[in-house]
Amino acid sequence: MPRDTSIKSVLVIGSGPIVIGQACEFDYSGTQACRVLREEGIRVILVNSNPATIMTDPEFADATYIEPITPEVIEKIIAHEKPDAVLATLGGQTALNAAIGLFERGTLAKYGVKLIGADVAAIQRGENRELFRAIVEKIGGESALSIICHTMDEIFTAVKTLNYPVVVRPSFTMGGLGSGIAFDEEELRQIAGAGLRHSPTSEVLLEESIIGWKEYELEVMRDRKDNVVIVCSIENVDPMGVHTGDSITVAPAMTLTDVEYQRLRDLSLRIIREVGVDTGGCNIQFAVNPVDGRIIVIEMNPRVSRSSALASKATGFPIAKIATKLAIGYTLDEIQNDITKVTPASFEPTLDYVVVKMPRFAFEKFADADPRLTTTMKSVGEAMAIGRSFSEALMKALRSLERKEAIFSWPEVRAGEKDQLLSQISVPTEYRLQQVQRAMWAGATIDEVFAACKIDPWYLRQLELINQQAEQIAVPGELTSQILRGAKSNGFSDYQIAKIRGISEDEVRRIRHHLSIRPVYKTVDTCAAEFEAFTPYHYSSYEEESEVRPRTVPAVIILGSGPNRIGQGIEFDYSCVHASFALRAAGYETIMINCNPETVSTDYDTSNRLYFEPLTLEDVLEVIHAETQAGPLLGVITQLGGQTPLGLAAGLKANGVTILGTSPEAINLAEERGAFGNILFEQELTAPEFGMAASQLEAITIATRIGYPVLVRPSFVLGGRGMEIVYDDQSLAGFISRATDITPDHPVLVDRFLDSAIEIDVDALFDGDELFLGGVMEHIEEAGIHSGDSACVLPSMTVSADSLAEIIQATLMIARGVGVRGLINIQFAIADSKLYVLEANPRASRTVPFVSKSTGVPLAKAAARISVGSSIAELRAEGLLPTIGDGVAHGVSVKEAVLPWNRFRRLDGRGVDAVLGPEMRSTGEVMGISPTFGESYAKSQIQAFGPLPKTGTVFISLADKNKVHGVDAAAGLSTLGFKILATQGTAEFLASHGVPSVTVRKNSEGKGPMGERTIVDMINSGDIDLVINTPVGRGTRHDGWAIRTAAVQRSIPIITTTAGFNAAVEGIRFLQSNEVSIKSLQEWLA
Amino acid sequence: MSTAFLVLDDGRVFEGQSWGSTGKTFGEAVFQTGMTGYQETLTDPSYHKQVVVMTAPHIGNTGFNTQDNESEKIWVAGFVVRNPSSLVSNWRSENDLESELIAQNIVGLQGVDTRALTRHLRDRGAMRVGIFSDLEMTREEMVVEVRKSSQMSGSFLVSDVSTKTPYVVPAKGEKKFVVAALDLGIKSATPRALSERGVEVHVLPFDSTAEDICALSPDGLFISNGPGDPATMIQVIEVVRQILLKQIPIFGICFGHQILGRALGFETYKLTFGHRGINQPVIDKLTSKVEITSHNHGFALAAPTETEFTTVYGRGEVTHVSLNDGVVEGLHLIDRPAFSVQYHPEAAAGPHDAQYLFDRFVDMMSLKVGK
Repeated sequence: MPRDTSIKSVLVIGSGPIVIGQACEFDYSGTQACRVLREEGIRVILVNSNPATIMTDPEFADATYIEPITPEVIEKIIAHEKPDAVLATLGGQTALNAAIGLFERGTLAKYGVKLIGADVAAIQRGENRELFRAIVEKIGGESALSIICHTMDEIFTAVKTLNYPVVVRPSFTMGGLGSGIAFDEEELRQIAGAGLRHSPTSEVLLEESIIGWKEYELEVMRDRKDNVVIVCSIENVDPMGVHTGDSITVAPAMTLTDVEYQRLRDLSLRIIREVGVDTGGCNIQFAVNPVDGRIIVIEMNPRVSRSSALASKATGFPIAKIATKLAIGYTLDEIQNDITKVTPASFEPTLDYVVVKMPRFAFEKFADADPRLTTTMKSVGEAMAIGRSFSEALMKALRSLERKEAIFSWPEVRAGEKDQLLSQISVPTEYRLQQVQRAMWAGATIDEVFAACKIDPWYLRQLELINQQAEQIAVPGELTSQILRGAKSNGFSDYQIAKIRGISEDEVRRIRHHLSIRPVYKTVDTCAAEFEAFTPYHYSSYEEESEVRPRTVPAVIILGSGPNRIGQGIEFDYSCVHASFALRAAGYETIMINCNPETVSTDYDTSNRLYFEPLTLEDVLEVIHAETQAGPLLGVITQLGGQTPLGLAAGLKANGVTILGTSPEAINLAEERGAFGNILFEQELTAPEFGMAASQLEAITIATRIGYPVLVRPSFVLGGRGMEIVYDDQSLAGFISRATDITPDHPVLVDRFLDSAIEIDVDALFDGDELFLGGVMEHIEEAGIHSGDSACVLPSMTVSADSLAEIIQATLMIARGVGVRGLINIQFAIADSKLYVLEANPRASRTVPFVSKSTGVPLAKAAARISVGSSIAELRAEGLLPTIGDGVAHGVSVKEAVLPWNRFRRLDGRGVDAVLGPEMRSTGEVMGISPTFGESYAKSQIQAFGPLPKTGTVFISLADKNKVHGVDAAAGLSTLGFKILATQGTAEFLASHGVPSVTVRKNSEGKGPMGERTIVDMINSGDIDLVINTPVGRGTRHDGWAIRTAAVQRSIPIITTTAGFNAAVEGIRFLQSNEVSIKSLQEWLA
Repeated sequence: MSTAFLVLDDGRVFEGQSWGSTGKTFGEAVFQTGMTGYQETLTDPSYHKQVVVMTAPHIGNTGFNTQDNESEKIWVAGFVVRNPSSLVSNWRSENDLESELIAQNIVGLQGVDTRALTRHLRDRGAMRVGIFSDLEMTREEMVVEVRKSSQMSGSFLVSDVSTKTPYVVPAKGEKKFVVAALDLGIKSATPRALSERGVEVHVLPFDSTAEDICALSPDGLFISNGPGDPATMIQVIEVVRQILLKQIPIFGICFGHQILGRALGFETYKLTFGHRGINQPVIDKLTSKVEITSHNHGFALAAPTETEFTTVYGRGEVTHVSLNDGVVEGLHLIDRPAFSVQYHPEAAAGPHDAQYLFDRFVDMMSLKVGK
């Protein structure tokens, strides 16, 4: 059955910003979809609001709309583009919900557009819990006993039959948002109440608890001839009770017999057929009672999912690519297996290795957040590792997380440690597996540990073997070949062996190399070596035979960025992928090393060779060794994957590796404050004054010298962690006693904080001679908000021509002074018309994709070329860069950060504070592009926080220091017809400036004598359409916190800076008199 | 744990550690790619005289139970794995795998690069091999012994695995049909699948005659899977020819399929490394649907796949083909009630996609007797 030739154009819906539960796996799947469709000669129209994605590069679609993914906007795109079909099963829940919205609005019928992949009825059968239950029952499966509820009363009646603990699952949310396990009435009230609000249909499901059961997931594919295959089985190490996205998972399933596995397979086949997913992939989750094997069907996703990306990387079977081919009419047997080239896709991959996925969390960013893992997903990324044994894969996965705490260690056992750990492991948290390992190291038996945490004894036994291996390493005497081989094949890193032996990592490596103990590289081939593999997708293992083939073309190794985390996500994968494309186009071979299964960079199609390996010095050096033996190697690119590869550059160079692009010495110049200060001094540039304090007294002395407010932070953490802005001696002293363990070894940095300064971000290319300025972005939030969390606009809106010239000149001087070869990102601040240099990062920045989209200049591609020796002049001549001049923004582009407040609750069940600060907390970003700032800002808000209201009631509460800056905006809202509510102080101030408002009670004031409600009550009852609340110091923090968390819980737009407030008023003004316009990137850049 | 070696006919040696019983064993080295089902593999009589290499790296995780046995005992000549499990985790397990191997005196080998070994067998073909566990022998001595061991081609092995006396597997529920099943190494899942469809299965020794079979007045004849070279099965092929003439419905699986093919006049040949796994795509040419199937065969039938063919028993055609390599996976006669598949619809281990073939057999018998 060849493809459906009636489909000549397809609208692909992307997944929007990276949020918890929906990350760059959908860029991977969407990018594959676009590629497949274009290869078939189909016109591709794409909508995705996320500029950091590779799929939104103009070259991946014929018409790329960086627009909000809402049914209203998509309808406009459909009206304009008239596609034959819509493909929504590759863009996560966002795309699926948008498709349902389009169906419900009648858009699909009106324009005669068909939904391919899964139809609306199938989506609803798969996602609506009642319909799905009925299907499970019909096909002979079992669901957990459960009751659907729409009100709190129904919830409390239902729990009488189900008993505590009870699981709460809201309908139609993604990543388990709003779900949880309630152990008593109070918890049920909190969790189910929030669940009702989060569910678009105000529907939650209460369910019998199957906590502690074994959990499995099967990835299923079906074509229109009803051929069905299972691509992968995945087993969760963490038993039921922890969201799959937060669980450590293993592929293939390790603890099922064939009889039991086939039962799951049979159920999966019957479910996908009955639900009616006609073409494409879905995943189905099961719980298995470890005592008697009773199987419960948990749920299905009738679309490509995060697990599909994992399964694709774990097996080499590209689910999204094949799902797209199936959607346009091909059948599985007509599609070739890319890896073997001779066999078809209508088979089930078989693995001769073990895959372990570890979630990566960001609890340190949300200090108040409840650290317990539940059925609401909280992880922000994941790492995957492959080994020829579970322990090898597990230990590699743990070090792929790049967290010291994640790596197993074997310290001396303290008295009482075992019992303490045994009690801790009954509650799943980020480091439970490490606690389990330490409990066993402290002498806990498998039975004891199993009783406490219900992790399958098979996995516990593997941890026990790892501990035994550690004991063997610790035995004094020579590090023999036998010990080292045993350790390495169990996944121990040189670092771990060194720690156990009390010697250096280099020493272990020296001994190991002397004994010729090096990893070999095996191939992920979908078929356990039954057929020859033609795709060099490798992983390391300590075994006999390596499968790395010789090369003749000079190659470049690109280091990826590892697991997604806050501050280092898809933007860096974007740059790495671009580098790979650019270098391949220029005639080099590219070799990617990365361990993030969600990414495009770990697609075996992206580079000539892919090594799925941890990004540690040891693992990278071994790949370099293997590839050096395979053929000519030019060097390694470390400047595109963010801090992770950059951090490896010096170590690689010390081991004789050629670093392409900016040298490690130059990187150090930019990163080391003293050295960088010298460069600024030489170039007559100014940085905000700063000092380093080794005591509280010293800190206060420095602060007095440079003047308050000051930005303080411990010197030994990066990425804005532990940063605070303080306004007086008292709060400075408070910070030091609270936040740091200050010593001469661990000083505190005290920087002058430029209050109300405009912050500027610059991305530029430098080749040693010429500078190419990619873009000058102006932050909307003032300095003090982490640049990653601040909205920004390109071109800058308020920077004068003189300042711009000064910025360009300063950028050139810094790039030259540091010795950049490739990309540099510099943050400036302008205060009182004076330019300050805040910091310089000689690497690809988070904003590179945004600038590239806005200007149409592929900065990362150019950077990769510069790092292998091309000059900007050559790249201009070639057409990769504009012939003359710098990057010019087309239209006005606004980037807005997306924050995960609604994912986290405190231990007491209340929300975490939704306030921006110097520490980055956003998970993703959206872009709005249009002819005006107001419209672009309004567009950016739609996808990031929900649409700005056009009318209604706004609540305003401004901190004293912000009142002056907020008054114009408040007046603007008043003119636009909004009813303004304000707390007393703000109301009085507004009145004094002629802005009318109604005074409302603060939360701390409680209900009034006549029962007047507080602002929090009003937010909770849905009477407020927009909240403006700028935080003050710690004094009234409590009130502000209550207001902000209430707004987040109710999903009401909230703005916490006056600059954001001003921008919002512009956006609202636009929305009141205009409709949001649409225009494809290709048209913008034409 | 002591050192053990796997020595191949072509002189390549893999070093590992002893596992299961020690000593030495010989057989044809084959690799099995199933990620589940090691117990079914071990107890499948078709693996008689074969040293099985499991490509899945962890084996033994779920232990050993009596329910999942495909026959009374472990048949493999030797068992090679990467990481045997030292702990069993499964609610149905009754024993751990190594204890079971030792109890049944099976020589195993662990800790070898099974992927390297698999790639070697894939490229060079299945070959004679020996496992030498905890023995003081030189490399040369081991290779010489391997080369003295018997080859699979030309091997007649059915007498080792077939039942000595007939036995009956009763129908579940109402008895609708009686089937005579020639046991050439039958797996217990096959009579079970028939019995679930109301068939009383009379399992007969391999050397049963056509008269023995007809004495049961069967509604159908089933020819089972089994070990060895189909070319050696001259007597059974003759019996099948006689049954074909009697218009009794015939269903053959695996070895049984090769025997039916030879009875029709086709040749069989040895595949380089065979098909042994539970993920094998086969297309049913009659419906053009793909089924994922369980395979275990080193020989295959040479028959035309594109056109109908004519035999002395009338017209026939190839019904099923492997999508991986185009090997004939099934055939039927158009003018007589007989069909066979090269793979394992009874699964165990493996997917249940091809269970419909048992229904097809039952339908064929229904037509025949007019039920």
